[in-house]
Amino acid sequence: MSRRSEGTNEFGRHLLSVADLDRQQATLVLDTAAQIEAALAGREVKKLPTLRGRTVVNLFFEDSTRTRISFELAAKRLSADVINFSAKGSSVSKGESLKDTALTLEAMGADAVVVRHSMSGAPHRLAQWVRGSVINAGDGTHEHPTQALLDAYTMRSRLGRLEGLRVTIVGDVLHSRVARSNVLLLSTLGADVTLVAPPTLLPVGVETWPVEVGFDLDASLPKADVVMMLRVQRERMAASYFPSPREYSRRYGLDATRMAMLADDAIVMHPGPMNRGMEIAAEVADSVRSTIVEQVRNGLSVRMAVLYLLLGGSEVSS
Amino acid sequence: MSAWLITGVRPYGEAAVDLLIRDGVIVEVGRDVTAPGAERIDGDGLVALPGLVDLHTHLREPGREDAETVQTGARAAALGGFTGVHAMANTDPVADTAGVVEQVWRLGQDSCLVDVAPVGAVTVGLGGTRLAELGAMADSAARVRVFSDDGFCVTDPALMRRALEYVKAFGGVIAQHAEEPRLTAGAQMHEGVRSAQLGLVGWPAAAEEAVIARDVLLAGHVGSRLHVCHVSTAGSVELLRWAKAKGIDVTAEVTPHHLLLTDDLAATYDPVYKVNPPLRTASDVRALRDGLADGTIDAVATDHAPHSVEDKECEWGAARPGMLGLQQALSVVIATMVETGLLDWRAVADRCSTRPARIGGLVRDGHGGELLAGTPANVVLIDPADRAIVDPAGLASRSRNTPYAGMELPGRVVATFLRGRPTVLDGKAQA
Repeated sequence: MSRRSEGTNEFGRHLLSVADLDRQQATLVLDTAAQIEAALAGREVKKLPTLRGRTVVNLFFEDSTRTRISFELAAKRLSADVINFSAKGSSVSKGESLKDTALTLEAMGADAVVVRHSMSGAPHRLAQWVRGSVINAGDGTHEHPTQALLDAYTMRSRLGRLEGLRVTIVGDVLHSRVARSNVLLLSTLGADVTLVAPPTLLPVGVETWPVEVGFDLDASLPKADVVMMLRVQRERMAASYFPSPREYSRRYGLDATRMAMLADDAIVMHPGPMNRGMEIAAEVADSVRSTIVEQVRNGLSVRMAVLYLLLGGSEVSS
Repeated sequence: MSAWLITGVRPYGEAAVDLLIRDGVIVEVGRDVTAPGAERIDGDGLVALPGLVDLHTHLREPGREDAETVQTGARAAALGGFTGVHAMANTDPVADTAGVVEQVWRLGQDSCLVDVAPVGAVTVGLGGTRLAELGAMADSAARVRVFSDDGFCVTDPALMRRALEYVKAFGGVIAQHAEEPRLTAGAQMHEGVRSAQLGLVGWPAAAEEAVIARDVLLAGHVGSRLHVCHVSTAGSVELLRWAKAKGIDVTAEVTPHHLLLTDDLAATYDPVYKVNPPLRTASDVRALRDGLADGTIDAVATDHAPHSVEDKECEWGAARPGMLGLQQALSVVIATMVETGLLDWRAVADRCSTRPARIGGLVRDGHGGELLAGTPANVVLIDPADRAIVDPAGLASRSRNTPYAGMELPGRVVATFLRGRPTVLDGKAQA
């Protein structure tokens, strides 16, 4: 596959939001990820030469070992040079501004900057100050585009389709960038999304989203092909989003009893890291329905596909 | 003092006349005025209004002279057609003593461009717990009449009641920044469809409306005047309409940016659009325009809030709220209220000069008067036909955080007179 032969699927320079992707482009990412996976299957040296000589910077202002490692490995498997630039806490508290950091990366000649930041919109700001591609690896409570892409990839490989798939997303939608990106991407790809959460954890304005909204998990489970459990932070209790972890778990947690209400081939997803016993019971997380480990594995192929498509490397099969 | 003859100018956009200014006073308004020795200004095509009065600016001095000084803010004000501005108290040190308000007042006098009326803090250090020495500020050379903790709300209802009562002794008014802080913790933008999409913490309209509702009830109960700063929601306009119908002595202001811009701009994540209270929705904008048109909202006030580059060239969440306003305020009023037919020029004079001068107590200094023979010559000449694209680099403010950059706006201030002395001539500041 080459980019040139896919003229109608031209990628933009950045991946800031999954709203940047139309259906064709999103499908191209998933197809490319599948091709990459196939190309590497059975190889002893799991490496492609496509991004040789390119520099990818992982700019992480927020701790996220799994996402950073996933991007790092993805870039390395495409033979790019990888720099990990970890600035714990906000750039402001460190004294250096995001703009100065951007100018530093620019001077180093970064071809792509993978950015994780605690503030919504930080990647959008960064994109105005660097020439390279900016990939949003999670910004505040806004979006996490590659997570949604790997989730879609996982659904498609497990269930064979996305069109018409009934996906129920459960939990802290208000603070979840995973939920925002999934809602946008899944509706772009033709899935039917239902959000289930306590009303305190749904944003004002959710009524304009292309989703069904419900408060009753038990009612939505039998109809679901996919149940995606969101991480719920215990600290939310202090701000009265719910009375206690126990009550949350009783009303919105997925345990074995609830899992039994699912259709035979329905799957259970979680973006990690999990709070076992809170939003998801251990026996659910470890069941055959659970795709949690698969999601991590697929994340690698999907991030390789995104880097490849944005940076326009040489052909996958070369 | 020299004399100025402005020929063929249209006061309030009405019939063309000649207007003669001498010794700080408008001495003649009529046809074919002759004035040997007077300097002449061709007023053909220009509209004359009384000098504008701003109830709400941040001039940043003392404390943040890197963002603005009284001198640079005064120049922006004069170029915007203002002859009087109120300077908010959230300086460093806070304007909560006679000493600080006198310093700001003197800096204004020294600017020779605009009368600066310092606003005194309601509470010590804007801390919201203890009344500042309001009487001392009122009795100082600055003769403070407007008191506000702007930037913060006076949230304690008992303290607010006492403040409302106390300032009656010297004809003062409390200008409330209406924001219930428990409902706006961490808030970044208007709470609604856009904030949900952008993942930015929402600032609900109810946080403003709840405080306005409480305060009009308090003002009614104790028979005091209340002024509400930067009203931003349709619900606030409704509450004010209700309170005025009840006979409660409340006045309110709206900013130019809330008359023009909406929360859609937050989608850029460019903090130049971050402001407190935040930009609201298109239906709020409509309600604010209607409220200003029917007089429910008394005044346009800029909330001119200069910020240094580093406070805006950063992440949205890290940026300080606020935007420039002095130089584009009149243009925005023309675009949103005059060109839409909602206000005629007399009403513009009422909302941008007469009423704010009355609310702020600046009538004593000759502001907000009518353009008639015998009144102090605080006058602005406007070319309403001129349209220009806003260039941040061309602004007089020391800061560049204008939300209007690149927009084409109508109306140009050709000249401003402060007590008969030109502070702006041919669009250029005279100090």
